[in-house]
Amino acid sequence: MAIFLQFVVGLIFGFGLMLSGMSNPAKVLNFLDLGGIASGSWDPSLAFVMAGGVLVTFVGYRLVLARSRPFFAERFHLPNHRELDLRIVAGPAIFGVGWGLVGFCPGPALTALGFGSNAAIIFVAAMFAGMWLARLLAGLPALSRIVTPADPLET
Amino acid sequence: MTLTSFTPVASSLGGALIGAAAVMLMSVTGRIAGVSGIAARLLPPYEDREFAGRLAFVAGLVAAPLVCLIATGRLPAQTIEASAAVLVLAGFLVGFGSVWGNGCTSGHGVCGLSRLSVRALVATITFMATGFATVFVARHLG
Repeated sequence: MAIFLQFVVGLIFGFGLMLSGMSNPAKVLNFLDLGGIASGSWDPSLAFVMAGGVLVTFVGYRLVLARSRPFFAERFHLPNHRELDLRIVAGPAIFGVGWGLVGFCPGPALTALGFGSNAAIIFVAAMFAGMWLARLLAGLPALSRIVTPADPLET
Repeated sequence: MTLTSFTPVASSLGGALIGAAAVMLMSVTGRIAGVSGIAARLLPPYEDREFAGRLAFVAGLVAAPLVCLIATGRLPAQTIEASAAVLVLAGFLVGFGSVWGNGCTSGHGVCGLSRLSVRALVATITFMATGFATVFVARHLG
């Protein structure tokens, strides 16, 4: 049941991406093109997508999180990181460049697979490669050792 | 470039649907509807036993246009103007950056901002800024 519901949630999310115009990279790029304000080609629609999404989520989360637990899980899994490290700037900075090059972020790229788009297949394959590398690097013990040097007396 | 028309009503309603999906996912599984995080965890290593649910969510995202086509007989416009090389580069940057920064437009931009998370705000401002800058360079300095 929970798995079927997650399929339905993905479906609704996908409908939202299509209705909003997020599934059209041309529309995303026209939003990101602030130089288009002067020439009249700027399309501010995507600001309304974010406003609609945040409004519903802000109110909905308050109602849902007031419950003791989710319907099909033991507890709510909420990110509790607080620190503003380099990764919270570097990651989004890299993501934004890729987003601006084509106009796809992860959700719309996956939904574009259902449009039968060859471009989306190429993009999504490369996206998974990037995700795989990021998870690999993030999990490397060498990186965490830089943060917490081993005690030289320990061995 | 392809001109697109300003669609405040459809975009607001679409955004509301995305928000409704995020709220539903939280009430069903207790998790943030961050597409990059969900998609990345389809790859190994597996830290929990929620693979099937994540796959179902992604399958729903992919199936949405098919259901739309069956129900209405048409699909919304989709114009992708990028060479294969740019698609590979951009896809890689989107995948790497979203995982490195723990989220994308949905996880930080919708769910994170709704939780008034400072990290999500920093992330959202950053990817908006580099997105604006990239399009500016590509369209006006290229």
